[in-house]
Amino acid sequence: MLDKFRISTLKSLAVLFCILLMSGPAFAQVDLSGIWGFVRGQYGQENGGGSDIGDYTGIPINDEGRAVGLSFSPTQWSQPERQCQYYSPRYASTGPFALNIWSDTDPVTGRIIAWNMGAWIDKDIVNVWMDGRPHPSANTFHPFGGFATGTWEGDTLVVRTTHMKWSILRINGLQHSDRATMTQYIVRHGDLLSMLTYFEDPVYLTEPYVLSSVWQLSPKTNFSRTSPACEPINESPRLENTSIVPHYLPGKNPFANDYARYYNLPLEAAQGGAQTMYPEFRKKLKDVYHYVPPEKCTRYCCDSADPAVKCIRDGTGQVR
Amino acid sequence: MTRIRFLILSAFSLCLCSRGFAQNAPNAKAAAPIDLTGYWVTIITPDWRERMVPPAKGDYLAVPITAAAQKIADAWEPANDEAAGEQCRSYGAPAINATPTRLHITWQDDNTLKVETDYGMQTRLFHFGNWKPPAGPVTWQGDSIAMWELTGPAVLGAGGNRGGDPARRFGNLKVTTTHVRPGYFRKNGIPYSANVRMTEYWDLFTDPSGTQRMMITQQIEDPEYLFRTWITTYNFKKEPDGSKWDPTPCSARW
Repeated sequence: MLDKFRISTLKSLAVLFCILLMSGPAFAQVDLSGIWGFVRGQYGQENGGGSDIGDYTGIPINDEGRAVGLSFSPTQWSQPERQCQYYSPRYASTGPFALNIWSDTDPVTGRIIAWNMGAWIDKDIVNVWMDGRPHPSANTFHPFGGFATGTWEGDTLVVRTTHMKWSILRINGLQHSDRATMTQYIVRHGDLLSMLTYFEDPVYLTEPYVLSSVWQLSPKTNFSRTSPACEPINESPRLENTSIVPHYLPGKNPFANDYARYYNLPLEAAQGGAQTMYPEFRKKLKDVYHYVPPEKCTRYCCDSADPAVKCIRDGTGQVR
Repeated sequence: MTRIRFLILSAFSLCLCSRGFAQNAPNAKAAAPIDLTGYWVTIITPDWRERMVPPAKGDYLAVPITAAAQKIADAWEPANDEAAGEQCRSYGAPAINATPTRLHITWQDDNTLKVETDYGMQTRLFHFGNWKPPAGPVTWQGDSIAMWELTGPAVLGAGGNRGGDPARRFGNLKVTTTHVRPGYFRKNGIPYSANVRMTEYWDLFTDPSGTQRMMITQQIEDPEYLFRTWITTYNFKKEPDGSKWDPTPCSARW
């Protein structure tokens, strides 16, 4: 009887010990929930003043993508029907936003059904379904948050997003189509959350647009999960006429060459394309275009939080 | 009694095996949960004008510089570096991941991972195990101590439930670099000091096309020239071979 008891106890202890060993790392390292503060350390101009019109450097756009970008007028965002229009989930990887992430769990099994990425403003909540559901038909309605599913590979959450709306690829007017898809690889290193975004668009890109971003855990920050209510108003009398859609016809955008001019860049570099992403493009800049850097920075020169640093922080050219 | 021993041993074996062979591996190469070796090309997308081409003097965008750093950078003249034979100042460890470079990663020995760049022809050595930095002068690439950070041994399926291949290993590389010779964060004289400390996390993913992608997350601390920790990420794509490898010496201007 005693031997039987010992065997049973030892068996239970061994199994319990095994479960503890196996489960520890997985639960400890895959909790993504919390408020992840935006880290200002890259995407300097994109997250600050915003990319200049005509700055398509390092983006693998095709001719159609470039043409759409150059037809864009920011005045479009003042149209009553566009003021409350969200950006697509892709914007999270480069936009100047914190990430509020939380999970929904099944009340019976305790399993995570979805990871949710909050909205704050400008974009919708993205629900990353973890329950194995399939992506719907391509003809299904495309919501602002797209349709996203996730799987774990080790401690990396791999998120696949489809069904996005036609939306901005970069804040300066480049767009992606509603056929675009996105795969994100999300890993946590202590209080850092890193994300590699692999973005494909058969309409406006010649090859995947790949970006990496990082956030830092910021538990004391209060950051809304949802976007506030938006009420359109008339911002411009001209736009009260709903037949007007602000735009530029091909070859008529007066700002198209500004970025190249500001930085002495050849137009071929400013206009982007896959070749501008790779190191060998430097040789072309030097040998073919004989590029010379500007003598001195005159706009968007720094954004240090040190109050003792006085420099040109925006497009005005004024030292602040 | 034999049965009890068998049960206990089986349970422990199962536990140890499931936590991965890596922790018991004889050296870092055998323990590697990911294979970083091969040729890699950087993808220059964010901060293109600061990374692809030499930025203009006074362009410090996205770097949390201090006023002391600004003072030095504002006085930067590439001719002075050329005269001093210090053209490699913007190719040191804290700067190199941001540059337009390819990487060639190999194992120098079982416990040393070698990372070479064609841009500036630099070599970083990541030392695993109980390696102790040698006494001596500071170098552009400093002293790097590396370790594998091992994660869940098995694939975690949808919903977080376990499944998949239990033999598959997961993890990332963590590298801490110190003892670096003072240099520039960018090719326009933004300085870092000998007290700079960099922590990197190297992650590996396979994209939907089957191509491997590497992401480096780095944190840089410099009490003299950074107002706060500077945190950035960089990404690289695996190349099939070294046919595009293009060794180019350091330059203070281009």
